[in-house]
Amino acid sequence: MNKEDNDILFNILNEEIDSNSIHNIRKNGEVISKHSTDEVNIVTKKDKPGIELNVKKGSKGEYVQIPVLLTTEGFNDTVYNDYNIQDDVLITIVAGCAIHNDCEITSMHSGIHTFNIGKNCKVKYIEKHYGCGQIDSNKVINTDTFINLGENSTLEIETIQISGVDKSIRKTNAVLENNSALDISEKLMTASNDEVISTYNINLKGENCKANLISRSIAKNNSFQDFISEMVGNNKCFGHIECDAIIMDNAKVSSTPKIIANSVESELTHEAAIGKINKDQLLKLQTLGLTKEEAEMEIIKGFMN
Amino acid sequence: MLELKNISYKINDKVILNDINLTINERDFIVITGPNGSGKSTLLKIIMGLVKPTSGKVILDGCDITDKLIYERANMGITFTFQTPVNFKGLTVRDLLCISRSYYYDDYVGRELLKKVGLCAQEYLNREVNNNLSGGELKRIEIATALAKQGKYLLFDEPEAGIDLWSFEDLTKIFKDIKKDKKHGLVVISHQERLFDIADKVIVFDGGVIKEIGNKNKIKKYLNESKCKKCMRDENE
Repeated sequence: MNKEDNDILFNILNEEIDSNSIHNIRKNGEVISKHSTDEVNIVTKKDKPGIELNVKKGSKGEYVQIPVLLTTEGFNDTVYNDYNIQDDVLITIVAGCAIHNDCEITSMHSGIHTFNIGKNCKVKYIEKHYGCGQIDSNKVINTDTFINLGENSTLEIETIQISGVDKSIRKTNAVLENNSALDISEKLMTASNDEVISTYNINLKGENCKANLISRSIAKNNSFQDFISEMVGNNKCFGHIECDAIIMDNAKVSSTPKIIANSVESELTHEAAIGKINKDQLLKLQTLGLTKEEAEMEIIKGFMN
Repeated sequence: MLELKNISYKINDKVILNDINLTINERDFIVITGPNGSGKSTLLKIIMGLVKPTSGKVILDGCDITDKLIYERANMGITFTFQTPVNFKGLTVRDLLCISRSYYYDDYVGRELLKKVGLCAQEYLNREVNNNLSGGELKRIEIATALAKQGKYLLFDEPEAGIDLWSFEDLTKIFKDIKKDKKHGLVVISHQERLFDIADKVIVFDGGVIKEIGNKNKIKKYLNESKCKKCMRDENE
């Protein structure tokens, strides 16, 4: 990797990768660096592009980085990553994709991720998407995520796409077993003519399972966002969907939270709000000495943090 | 010195403020009272630049600030607190204090400011300023951000609104402390006699004009006559 690659990757990792840390770096369809341990074994798939990330039973406190980098203009990359996490594991996985594209031909990354999480695990998954380059509308990142969350396990997902990705279809499907908990925080920011469709389908299958889905987004310029979420309670369970969007300029935002209770013991709630930046918030920050533009920036920064 | 010269404000043909003249000195503690709709809040908003007067001038230390923008006035030394504090999704108490201090901020400053308004810094600095906080907590945070700005003139629009009696006891102490500090001129819209007691001057507004200026005793007779029901009710309590 050259310095430019490192700089682009820094936008999704916020740090440089140590060669001895557990990692897998994929650049333009090739694995360019990989390091496994006894606890976490990363296997490159032979039948199709992607990896199997196998985490040993009882492994505690491991930290894994698996970024994808696309710098070849017009490159189309699809990866199938499986995360096989055995029982009693505590782990953090940092993933994401960064695209640099200066030409008019579209560069596209499609990530198909399957999480098989055993019992009594605590997993944190951080995923960031980033695009850069001279031309708009040529950087596409799509994700298809399948989650099987085992008994007594928790999965915390932080997914962020705040700059430079022009088109994106994000799909997440999850099935939760007894006493498991899924916590998803999604942050999206679109500008220019960007389009994002984000869909969630969460099956609260197990007894006493919980899911909390929070989406915060900002749509600027002529961009478009569509947030569609469905949470189905099939047992004694708790589920909450919250989607807040700030809309600016000529942007368009659609938000459809849906909750379905198939059990009398299901407790499901949802909140959805779309609106421009609150006028009183702008005025308050101006009374503290900020210009209107500075106030707007602070409100956006706070909202996305 | 903050001077209001011939300030009038009309909406369509309705007169909200009619030819108000008022001088506020740097360390004055002034309470403005009067019936709802008498123009008190509008006057404070005109000083802050949130409302533009139909005619008249606002002069700060000899400089005409009538056409200055809100943030310019804030940075010239005028600070305003909202009757209903504003909620922010994502911004913390620390963020607001930091902005108010023009980013020259550290947590020592934050701790001292929150202590002044009776809040524990450890508990509140990282809290989001949202509707999970009670009315009293939001009001204290609002006052802390005003003090953080270190303005020459602090304008408070009904600080007692939305808070319970016990919180108001504390609030009165905060105003006493601000007065004792002698760093700010204070203009407070209030219906509370306990604030009349500690003010240098009480101004009675009615129908968009100043009806009376004086100490508590001087204005008491007027208050009874002017049927300011809210004031009378508070007094009776």
